[in-house]
Amino acid sequence: MVTINDLSTGDYVPDWCPGCGNYSILNGLKRAIVKLKLKPRDVLVVSGIGCSSKLPQWIDVNGYHGVHGRGLPVGTGAKLANKNLHVIVVGGDGDVYGEGMNHFIHALRKNVNITLLVHDNQIYGLTKGQTSPTSMKGDKSTTSRRGNFDDPINPIALAVAQRTSYVARTFAGDLEHMTDTIADAIAFKGFAFINILQPCVSFNKHNTFVWFKERVYDLQKKGYKPNNVEKAFKKAYEGWDSGWDKIPLGVFYKEKKPLFEDDHPVLAKTPLVKQSIDNISIKKLLDELC
Amino acid sequence: MAIDINKLSWFVAGEAGYGIMTAGQKFARAMVLGGLNIHTHVEYPSLIRGGHNSFGVRVEEEEVKCPIQLYNLVVALNKDTVDRQKDIITAGGGIIYDADEITIADGELRSDIRLYHVPMNQIIKETEGAIKVMRNSVSVGASIAVLDYDFDYLAEAIRGVHSKEQRGNDIMELNVAVAKKGYDYIKKNYPNDFIVKLKKLPRKKRMLVTGNQAVALGAIKAGCKFLAAYPMTPASSIMNYFVANEEKAKVVMKQADDEITAINMALGASFAGVRAMTSTSGGGLALMTETISLLGMSELPLVIVDVQRPGPATGLPTRQGQGDLKFVLNIGHGEFPRILIAPGDINECFYETFNAFNLADKYQLPVFIVSDKHLGVSFKSMAEFDTKNMKIDRGWLLTDEEAKNWHDYKRFMVTDSGISPRAVPGQTPIFRSSSDEHNEYGEICEKPDNRDAQEDKRFRKLDTAMQDIPLPKVYGPEKADVTLVGWGSTKGAILEAIEYLKDDGIKANFLHFVYVYPMHTHWVKEFLSNANMVVDVEENKTAQLAGVIREFTGFRIDRKVLKHSGRTFYPSEIYDRIKGVYHGYY
Repeated sequence: MVTINDLSTGDYVPDWCPGCGNYSILNGLKRAIVKLKLKPRDVLVVSGIGCSSKLPQWIDVNGYHGVHGRGLPVGTGAKLANKNLHVIVVGGDGDVYGEGMNHFIHALRKNVNITLLVHDNQIYGLTKGQTSPTSMKGDKSTTSRRGNFDDPINPIALAVAQRTSYVARTFAGDLEHMTDTIADAIAFKGFAFINILQPCVSFNKHNTFVWFKERVYDLQKKGYKPNNVEKAFKKAYEGWDSGWDKIPLGVFYKEKKPLFEDDHPVLAKTPLVKQSIDNISIKKLLDELC
Repeated sequence: MAIDINKLSWFVAGEAGYGIMTAGQKFARAMVLGGLNIHTHVEYPSLIRGGHNSFGVRVEEEEVKCPIQLYNLVVALNKDTVDRQKDIITAGGGIIYDADEITIADGELRSDIRLYHVPMNQIIKETEGAIKVMRNSVSVGASIAVLDYDFDYLAEAIRGVHSKEQRGNDIMELNVAVAKKGYDYIKKNYPNDFIVKLKKLPRKKRMLVTGNQAVALGAIKAGCKFLAAYPMTPASSIMNYFVANEEKAKVVMKQADDEITAINMALGASFAGVRAMTSTSGGGLALMTETISLLGMSELPLVIVDVQRPGPATGLPTRQGQGDLKFVLNIGHGEFPRILIAPGDINECFYETFNAFNLADKYQLPVFIVSDKHLGVSFKSMAEFDTKNMKIDRGWLLTDEEAKNWHDYKRFMVTDSGISPRAVPGQTPIFRSSSDEHNEYGEICEKPDNRDAQEDKRFRKLDTAMQDIPLPKVYGPEKADVTLVGWGSTKGAILEAIEYLKDDGIKANFLHFVYVYPMHTHWVKEFLSNANMVVDVEENKTAQLAGVIREFTGFRIDRKVLKHSGRTFYPSEIYDRIKGVYHGYY
């Protein structure tokens, strides 16, 4: 059975900044894989570009580290090719909500059974501290000298608006909650999206570990049930107009929907990659043209 | 009156929404049912209703290479067609029209043009249940009578086209009925009147197939299980064919939300071990640029189809051109190997797309099929593709057993051939792949020695691939007065132009590039250096192939015959202009 050590990449170690929230997200993902007893060879982690997107480098499962913003379509294609794989797409707020926003919105409505983890640190880290799509209004950065004018993206609200099959938020500073949420999302049959609040210790001096710790609380512990889209929508805006005095964590919305890959006649049984391609007959197709 | 037998070009035109395409297909199929061969030529503007759509059908006894410029018989479903097309009619040719709707004044047309009035609107009115769009069938019925052909073939063709489109028996039989009325009207009022007659031949099994269908069929035969694409003219019929045959062919077509999504989905499927493809036209290809570079870096096979249309920008969305050659050769930032295949006809669309998948797998790189609107949407009658000797070659793709027993697996192992062993996720061992420069294990590595080793390795694949890249093909005599050079879909028109030149006593041959890149540079240089007179023939403004040949071989082609009007070359144009070049006029 797989252990945390089995998922280590040995001497090949992460190059993130000391104290970076990515370490704990990597840890949470590893623990979730162990908790679910997944075989590493059946797991594929796909990413785009950015600090968080380097994650597939440092976990000993299959990894594809592509170009900026494109993790979701690559993960979707891989899943449709081999639906036996557990496909986990990771990316940052710039990667998924900036460069890859079109893929994000459309992934929400496709319901392919993959898991999306967004490491949301509200800043561009690898390019050294520019404003990101989730940077708070008024926050200063190298590209917002007078403070950010633009409204931030509300990814939870966007996903709820689309009635995404699984919408959750967790916090890199709460390993237990994060591990459980990631495991729950991977086990969920449907497109599952988790926005992970992740402090950037180098460039985001506003949304720090302490700042989050003072604000986050567990929705489910308060008895919230993620089965109502209107309530979920309301929760998605909690803190939005009050300087984020409270930030709910947990599952906002959950809805069982048919999976694309179960519904499709060619995908329903054998994964595409297992279907033999030797000696394919096209005789019928040719005859139809005659 | 000299009568031509089984040598015809026929043309129907009118507004979009008049059923021009259906009329053309019915006529074309009727020809094939009587043992004749056809090649079509479709022109339409980028709109849904109105405008001027046309469908030309060239008919011969043998396989037809290309459409020609002039038409013997023109069906005009509106006055606009008469005004626009009166000059494309051959001497003694005819127009079929409804004089109740269209007025042609005395002296408006050349006196040699025959006019065939058919009361199409009246026939529709007098036939219970018939609707205006069925004028298309009336006019085709009338055409069959003018040409003295068998009506039964048309009835069979109408039933065939309609049953494919599943429009219901009533509509199908109504179309047959109004077509018969058009046929009878001509037989009664204009018996034995025309300069061309069609005589049936023994029926042979013939496909009516477009280049886009042939590309899709080649991919399906090659085991392409996954196509991700975004609609774009003139490439969309590839995705349409895939999705229409998903269950029969056991393939998946996923319509993507844009071209960037399309190519990344296809890449993901390829990474997971499935043969995959994406299809688009120039503008969509431009959006795919970054991921094409990623394919190069992560050494993934993918077949990318560019059905060209003239740019720049939106350009001429429904028209013809060969303007993407240099773009495809250079697409993607940084440097990485690729293969570029430009089929010259519908047969090559099928066989070369199949081969593209083998090459992509063997050399783990993107392979481009560069076709164009002319190839993509023209129908041609031809014998069924022969699939007997087609063999799948997946290159160094590890079986589950091989993968399991591989210790210290290196996905990007440096080898003499440049090709590394390819595992897929789900197998043991586990592996990773990065868009960053990486070491043999796929781990990010920026050391200079490693960079050299990996980039050299990637490019060695191209040297190795030369063994599988056919030489450009030479058509015509080995020694010629003039050597034409071209690539892709101009093949048919050039081959026919060579025949015309021969009749004039000019010996011409043709160097045709299907495999444009990588290029057999020494062979090409030697061949061209030994030629008497070399003329580059292309459908673009800047003679891109000539530029590419000069870049790789140093050989400079000064004589050029170019067309960039958005319409395909006709053999007569090439003939005229080559003759001019040959005699030193320009």
